[in-house]
Amino acid sequence: MRIGIVCPYSWDVPGGVQFHIRDLAEHLIGLQHEVSVLVPSDEETPLPPYAVSAGRAVPVPYNGSVARLTFGFLSAARVRRWVHDGDFDVLHLHEPTTPSLSLLTCWAAQGPIVATFHTSNPRSRAMIAAYPILQPALEKISARIAVSEYARRTLVEHLGGDAVVIPNGVDVDFFADAVPKAEWQGGTIGFIGRIDEPRKGLPVLMKALPRILEAVPGTRLLIAGRGDEAEAVAGMPAEVRDQVEFLGMISDEDKARLLRSVDLYVAPNTGGESFGIILVEAMSSGAAVLASDLDAFAQVLDAGDAGQLFDTENPDALADAAVELLCDPARLAALRAKGSSHVRRFDWSTVGADILSVYETVTDGSATVAPDERTGLRARFGLARD
Amino acid sequence: MTTYILIAVALLLITVYLSWTAGRLDRLHARIDTARAALDAQLLRRASIAQELATAGILDPAASMLLYQAAHAARQAEEEQREVAESELSQALRAVFAEKAQLEAVREAPGGADSATELGAAVRRVPMARRFHNDSVRAARALRRHRTVRLFRLAGHAPFPLAFEMDDGPPGLLVDRA
Repeated sequence: MRIGIVCPYSWDVPGGVQFHIRDLAEHLIGLQHEVSVLVPSDEETPLPPYAVSAGRAVPVPYNGSVARLTFGFLSAARVRRWVHDGDFDVLHLHEPTTPSLSLLTCWAAQGPIVATFHTSNPRSRAMIAAYPILQPALEKISARIAVSEYARRTLVEHLGGDAVVIPNGVDVDFFADAVPKAEWQGGTIGFIGRIDEPRKGLPVLMKALPRILEAVPGTRLLIAGRGDEAEAVAGMPAEVRDQVEFLGMISDEDKARLLRSVDLYVAPNTGGESFGIILVEAMSSGAAVLASDLDAFAQVLDAGDAGQLFDTENPDALADAAVELLCDPARLAALRAKGSSHVRRFDWSTVGADILSVYETVTDGSATVAPDERTGLRARFGLARD
Repeated sequence: MTTYILIAVALLLITVYLSWTAGRLDRLHARIDTARAALDAQLLRRASIAQELATAGILDPAASMLLYQAAHAARQAEEEQREVAESELSQALRAVFAEKAQLEAVREAPGGADSATELGAAVRRVPMARRFHNDSVRAARALRRHRTVRLFRLAGHAPFPLAFEMDDGPPGLLVDRA
């Protein structure tokens, strides 16, 4: 099958959507499919062989943060050429409601189009204003995928219609086979995420830490992620500060080894998550997971069956749950076992098969993807000569 | 003079808009047709595998008869009874594959592993195809309810699209991935 995937965000900026697309493309190529990924990127950024650059992404303020987006006539022309040259059986767009490459492709192409909705942003003003323009483009999408039941619900509320739920994939064995590092073992709690992004919830964990240390002395907190380390521990007593270790940005291999080493992985996020891939990675590594009870997290953890949940943004609840778990090795082991078996449904072998089923369903009896030829004015009045 | 030009321009714009909307509607109808064809294909595939299993002599006679009857009815159903017949096939499949032992029996039979995988794929794809179909129906209906579309009869003689409503719940054992 010839598959064209469109990535809306720059390849040089790491992000969940980009990683998902990279893994999906590589998984599909491994199954002997022909894959081309259209992505905005700078000239200098090295791209994998299957990726095609659609030009530079421009940083613009959008929806409260600075987004790097692609638009304009030049990009549109590149999109049309890519669609034309690719001769794809199916197009897979990601995040088609942001003003980006995906939306442009939706405009420029016709034929079987699959779209994945990753975030579950509340409906923005821009979207309401652009609705009449957006709707005709979104109508071309023949199959919608939402990454979680939560994302699907927001999609249905905001855009109407329906979507199938296919979770994000993880290479479970990559994490399961990682070798633990001795220096990260023995009474350790792990946290991975941006230190200076409050929605990742590190402040909540920091507030809970003194109480955890009081009940379980000697526990160490290992933090991986970029951000201001001094600010994160500011105002903490020295004996608490000594138990916190910053690892900075770590590679994928080290991330797997860290998750494999820690006794407990804590995800204190306070919002803005539509899936929670890190929880899946932690479960793949066989780490016991303690996470805030966001909708998306509760779903990934099977409503608390595969990992412990606590009241979001409540440091006391976090401390209580962590202490209870750390003092109960049997419960930790049970969570590990449950997580390891639960996580199989997120493995690429399963997720990839589901995505391929969607491709096959929409391409059944349908023509291939082609540029959407605009009807000329003459044709509109029935005057065009063949 | 300017008034006439303005009126002419306005008329032209209105015509272009109407023609564009008609094109949009046409594309939506085409999407429904493809989605419906895909749904039909998936339903047929499911019914054929169910019938194959029913006549293979792997299952016990009662289960075989139940499954055969439901699969046969689903394949032969008239358009009006189709939704009911397909729902009954879903129920029959759930009833027959409620026990792990039945599924194991199928898997152990010669060539049975393939049949079990095919059945698993079919019961997963039917809800998918149905969702995509009903999503396209919803989009077309939303546009057809539009005042302009109704006033100018842009939908022409195309029948009002109907969603395909059925019970498509798959047997839990066949879709359990844990």
